Amino acid sequence: MTNNQQRTRSMIRGGLSLLVAAAFYEAVARSGLFPAVLLPTIPTIVSTLIDMLADGTMFEHAFFTLYRVLFGFVLAVIVGLPLGILMARFPRVEHFFLPLISALMPIPSFALIPLFMLWFGIGNVTTVLIVFYAATFPMAFNTWSGVRSVNPIWLRAAGAMGADENSLFWKVIIPGASPFIITGMRQAFLRAWIGVVGAEMIAASDWGLGWVIFDAKEFLNADVMLAALVVIGFIGFVFERLVFGSLERATVQRWGMVRVAKG
Amino acid sequence: MQPIAIRDVSLNYDTPGGKVQGVTNVSIDIDASEFVCIVGPSGCGKSTLLNIIAGFLAPATGQISIGGKPVTGHGMDRGVVFQDFAQLFPWRTALGNVSFGLEMKGVANPERDRIAREQLRLVKLEKFTDSFPHHLSGGMQQRVAIARALAYNPSVLLMDEPFAALDAMTRDDMQRLLADVWKETRKTVIYVTHNVAEAVYLADRVVVMSAHPGTVKTVMKIDLPRPRDPLSVEFLDCQKELMGHLGHNTNGAAH
Ligand SMILES: Nc1ncnc2c1ncn2[C@@H]1O[C@H](COP(=O)(O)OP(=O)(O)OP(=O)(O)O)[C@@H](O)[C@H]1O
Ligand SMILES: [Mg+2]
Repeated sequence: MTNNQQRTRSMIRGGLSLLVAAAFYEAVARSGLFPAVLLPTIPTIVSTLIDMLADGTMFEHAFFTLYRVLFGFVLAVIVGLPLGILMARFPRVEHFFLPLISALMPIPSFALIPLFMLWFGIGNVTTVLIVFYAATFPMAFNTWSGVRSVNPIWLRAAGAMGADENSLFWKVIIPGASPFIITGMRQAFLRAWIGVVGAEMIAASDWGLGWVIFDAKEFLNADVMLAALVVIGFIGFVFERLVFGSLERATVQRWGMVRVAKG
Repeated sequence: MQPIAIRDVSLNYDTPGGKVQGVTNVSIDIDASEFVCIVGPSGCGKSTLLNIIAGFLAPATGQISIGGKPVTGHGMDRGVVFQDFAQLFPWRTALGNVSFGLEMKGVANPERDRIAREQLRLVKLEKFTDSFPHHLSGGMQQRVAIARALAYNPSVLLMDEPFAALDAMTRDDMQRLLADVWKETRKTVIYVTHNVAEAVYLADRVVVMSAHPGTVKTVMKIDLPRPRDPLSVEFLDCQKELMGHLGHNTNGAAH
């Protein structure tokens, strides 16, 4: 009950700050200081968005972007999660991969787009690989930290109760590291989402939200760009708050393994 | 319910600052179903000894056998309860925690659930089977830990100051509960404590350890009838005698 009330209140507050920002934008757009083509009013943007949703093009663009980002993200989890675990459990693996991750993680995925285009051409392969590159390292890095932070007393207790390596892994280490693993997924998705839009701008041929934005500049369609941005922001928000937020509430918050911010 | 034989057990820790004595030449014989408390000054090696018996540490010399079988590592003939409340798995409910050892043993579900519930009833937590540890008080968490250590039916229960972090009133309740649980299950118990009254209340025999070197100083038998009355003259006499062995001022204040 109180939890629900808190959530409603935080939603109202979030809505309010969005509303204030939108009102400010609208005031600037209507002031006549800038040409209307470059700074379309909110009603124009909304009607463009509705048109693009109605004829299905926006859904199709969003679908392609989601397909690419999820493909790359899932691949990154499949590789990054076991890699992080192996690094935490075997010093040799850690010694080999940790410097590699430290060196590669800070390189923005954007900087690799031209190179990947040379190697893999224009299309899905390049965009998925950019997403994969952006997401794998935070996934591996956080998993590594998580496994190392598993409380040794849990391992002792489980060992005393006769847990073998297999049970220790699935029933103690993975759940014990879960707060970090979920953080890793969040960071990985965030970077993947940023990466996919960038990659689509340059390396996608005719579909995707990033491509829409880049293509619209040819025709000075600022309203299309902004409509696509709204969709990008919305999907990103849904994943961050709803998908990962629910995952966190259903697991580590329910278990009391992370503190919940109040208010 | 197995007897335990501890023979000439020693262990030193290697630290950057040199060798640190853990325990030196400890020998104790414990009968089946006996409740033995280990007391001694801080740093004398009580936890070290318990960890050796539990199989978490291998002794440098000497050996330990439980029911005639030598101890080589941890095993399901022993249940362990630590002082730290964090020993429970936060991602499992009380019932899930208690079921863990049974899962490892391969006990299938209707049976596993039944045994785990039974154990939680033993520690008076049947109403909290579905609670996660972070919703339980410290005392309740330690009771879950005791139920968890008993669930897979080890013959020996090893406890390292399980109630030390609780307030005095809760600790009294927990001691009474543990005495009841022991009476019902008849496990062989080795119980480490700092608390003289606790040792006199619970133990059949109290092993007094001395520091430097960490070894057995004396063993004191507590012959009081159970359930024990901590306010009786005999109880207080035992307490005084034990404090004497520990080198405390016998007519002075308890700690
Ligand atoms: N992991 C370790 N590494 C190095 N030295 C240790 C380690 N654990 C314990 N010691 C040392 O071994 C000695 C015995 O420690 P132990 O923890 O067994 O004492 P204790 O009797 O349980 O003390 P307390 O009553 O304070 O819990 C101490 O001098 C301690 O400093
Ligand atoms: Mg200790």
